[in-house]
Amino acid sequence: MGKVFAFHGGVHPPENKKQSTRTPIAHAPLPKMLYIPLQQHIGIAANPVVNVGDRVLKGQLIAEPVGRISASLHAPTSGIVRSIGPHPVPHASGLESDCITLETDGQDEWIEHQGLQDYTRLEPSVLIEHIRQCGIAGMGGAGFPTDVKLHLGDDHIVNTLIINAAECEPYITADDMLMRERAADILSGIRIISHLLRPSHIMIGIEDNKPQAIHALEAVLKGCELNIDIRVVPTKYPSGGERQLIQLLTGLEVPSGRIPADIGIVCQNVGTATAIHRAVHFGEPLISRIVTVTGDAVAKPQNFEALIGTPFADLLEAANLYEGRLFRLVMGGPMMGVTIAHDQIPVIKTTNCIIAASDEEMPQAPPEQPCIRCNMCEQVCPVTLLPQQLYWFSKGREFDKARNHNLFDCIECGACAYVCPSSIPLVQYYRFAKSEIRTEEAEQRKADHARQRFEARQARLEREQAEKEARRKARAEEAARAQQSRKSTEADKAQADPCNTAPAASAAPDLKQLKTAAAVARTKLKKARDALKNAEDKGLDGIDALRVTLTDLEQKSEEAEQAFKAAEQAEAAAAAEKGVDLKQLKIDAAMARAAVTKLERALTKTEDEQARREMETELVEARKKSDALNQSLSEHSPA
Amino acid sequence: MTTVITAILILFCLAVVFGVILGYASVRFRVEGNPIVDQIDSLLPQTQCGQCGYPGCRPYAEAIANGEAINKCPPGGQSTIEALADLLDVEAVPLDAEHGEEQVKKVAFIREDECIGCTKCIQACPVDAILGAAKQMHTVIVDECTGCDLCVEPCPVDCIDMIPVETTITNWKWPSPTESSSLIATDRGRGAEQQEAH
Repeated sequence: MGKVFAFHGGVHPPENKKQSTRTPIAHAPLPKMLYIPLQQHIGIAANPVVNVGDRVLKGQLIAEPVGRISASLHAPTSGIVRSIGPHPVPHASGLESDCITLETDGQDEWIEHQGLQDYTRLEPSVLIEHIRQCGIAGMGGAGFPTDVKLHLGDDHIVNTLIINAAECEPYITADDMLMRERAADILSGIRIISHLLRPSHIMIGIEDNKPQAIHALEAVLKGCELNIDIRVVPTKYPSGGERQLIQLLTGLEVPSGRIPADIGIVCQNVGTATAIHRAVHFGEPLISRIVTVTGDAVAKPQNFEALIGTPFADLLEAANLYEGRLFRLVMGGPMMGVTIAHDQIPVIKTTNCIIAASDEEMPQAPPEQPCIRCNMCEQVCPVTLLPQQLYWFSKGREFDKARNHNLFDCIECGACAYVCPSSIPLVQYYRFAKSEIRTEEAEQRKADHARQRFEARQARLEREQAEKEARRKARAEEAARAQQSRKSTEADKAQADPCNTAPAASAAPDLKQLKTAAAVARTKLKKARDALKNAEDKGLDGIDALRVTLTDLEQKSEEAEQAFKAAEQAEAAAAAEKGVDLKQLKIDAAMARAAVTKLERALTKTEDEQARREMETELVEARKKSDALNQSLSEHSPA
Repeated sequence: MTTVITAILILFCLAVVFGVILGYASVRFRVEGNPIVDQIDSLLPQTQCGQCGYPGCRPYAEAIANGEAINKCPPGGQSTIEALADLLDVEAVPLDAEHGEEQVKKVAFIREDECIGCTKCIQACPVDAILGAAKQMHTVIVDECTGCDLCVEPCPVDCIDMIPVETTITNWKWPSPTESSSLIATDRGRGAEQQEAH
């Protein structure tokens, strides 16, 4: 056994692990319904590849990964896809998210699958792709897609592989039981990871409160060809944190904002190692995991091998839940877990523990009291931050200062809140500050993006304007030149042939021209009327002359109007013969509808009696028009 | 007498030297434009909505640099006002209600079967977030929409809705812990009694 280092701080909460290690891992009964969230991992949610009503077999791909950091999903048992839609998911927000709901058929029929013959002969990238296809994501808690971590050997020199078996959080025994019962599988998984990353040294970090697991591991490691060390570390929370375990085993600190691979270390959880073993040797995707169901409110606390998607309620029932004693349901451990309100939330790839706690076991948090600057939080912080400073900054919304005090190095382990004599929910403050900062950053990114687009658009409009201007100028010049040349040719022609000057008569009356003519006549008439009225009022001379002009104009206007109407009717008839333009009709109908709504809105706003009456008549007309248009639309639109 | 002349000469020389240095610096380190405008502009939400009365965020930033009030940006809300107050070292004032109220974030949505393809909204959109062509159905690119609402008014058939952005598990924020620290636990009952007495 090698030397074990230490990390700053840490706490020793009551372990409460014995309750759930008395019986071996049991298979959870097959639930009636499985709810498989599309987002179970860090990264982009998977994209479903099955349809509602499809029958799927156990192990069949039901959702494929999207992008580099994502994981695929497989049917945990055979059954029928009942729906794809929102369902409560294991998330601190308590919100719903898209899940594939699978109704199990009880046959548990496997899809055809087989392991890889000899993985050592395969290209590493092929082997990693196989692991990616099996949907394996880190099972320690974060759910980072494992294949991405296995690729770390490509661009980093990995000299140490650390297998995380510390399981430091109270109550949780899933990894402990896994090691006791399936140590050989874990070793086989480690072999595969080691084959891919080729580390010179492998260490299994395990806390000294799991003697049986240590024994089991030692037994399988006898005669093993790999350079594996079991490093037993003293029980102290949070020794299972990735960075803390690295510090314990190697004495090295991962720099802030970097990943362990930057200092040549890769960490994998024992559960993940088992999943890799099953994927490579049997071709089985990640469709089940070990879940600890414990707490005072269950009669038989134990570990279950549960299918992904099993609702918590089914597991609690299998562990004999005392309904009356259940005070709160916690997902994860008591230090980092979150209280959930809904027992239909399903098990996902990262669910390691469900605690059904009684009132005495996990009472309501006492009220928050003022910080007395006792400094106990600073003494236990495993990341050597200044928790109380972070608390002040988060509370005072001075997020910049919080960030400068390395808020983002906080691993949210909860040790500070655990020792706080004023029972301040410190971690909640940090989570709040972190999400505020992240949102602000996202908004800033979005704003910058919008500015870029706005400026690009502005530049484009200006360019278009300039081009238009240039074209207009060019056209004008062209026209001027053309006119010039025409004039000169005409002059030549006139000289040559003086009698040929009559222009060609215009063709049939143009509707547009007629309309303009009618409008012009109308305007003239109106003006003449106004002038006449003015003259009459003031008793000016020349009234008679004006009257004559007026009658003349009236006649002219009438004529123009009639000509226009006749032309329009002819046009309409022609159009009717051609068949009604459906699209035009649709547009007209929509415009009429919009006009009606606009008028209605205006009507509610105006208070003037007269204006109201006018508007009402207008509205009635608009409605009539809209109705007529709608009717003709429904007549003409194909059924 | 000579001391006075020497002093004057020295001061004169110094003045010439510094004058030359300053003159050189003003040419060499000349800053184009007003840098404070860029800083202000980077704090504004870039919705380009014009609710402040200026035709875009940059014009408003320029106006602020020239002494305009900082509380005319409803999309930015109080947090933008505070950031601006911080930058310009002025008092943070509440949002001017005349220019609208701070609202939840929204994005435009076109009811596509009612769209007549008039392209009016496309012309109104300051960030080119609407896709479509004449007589073709238009649609909003949700990720690019800033929720500025400028496309709603020009639509002749009123087929654009502003829909509040839904909270999902990806954009959900941790809430602030409930503020109860002003009370001492054992004081709670007494405080209530006193309140009733008043």
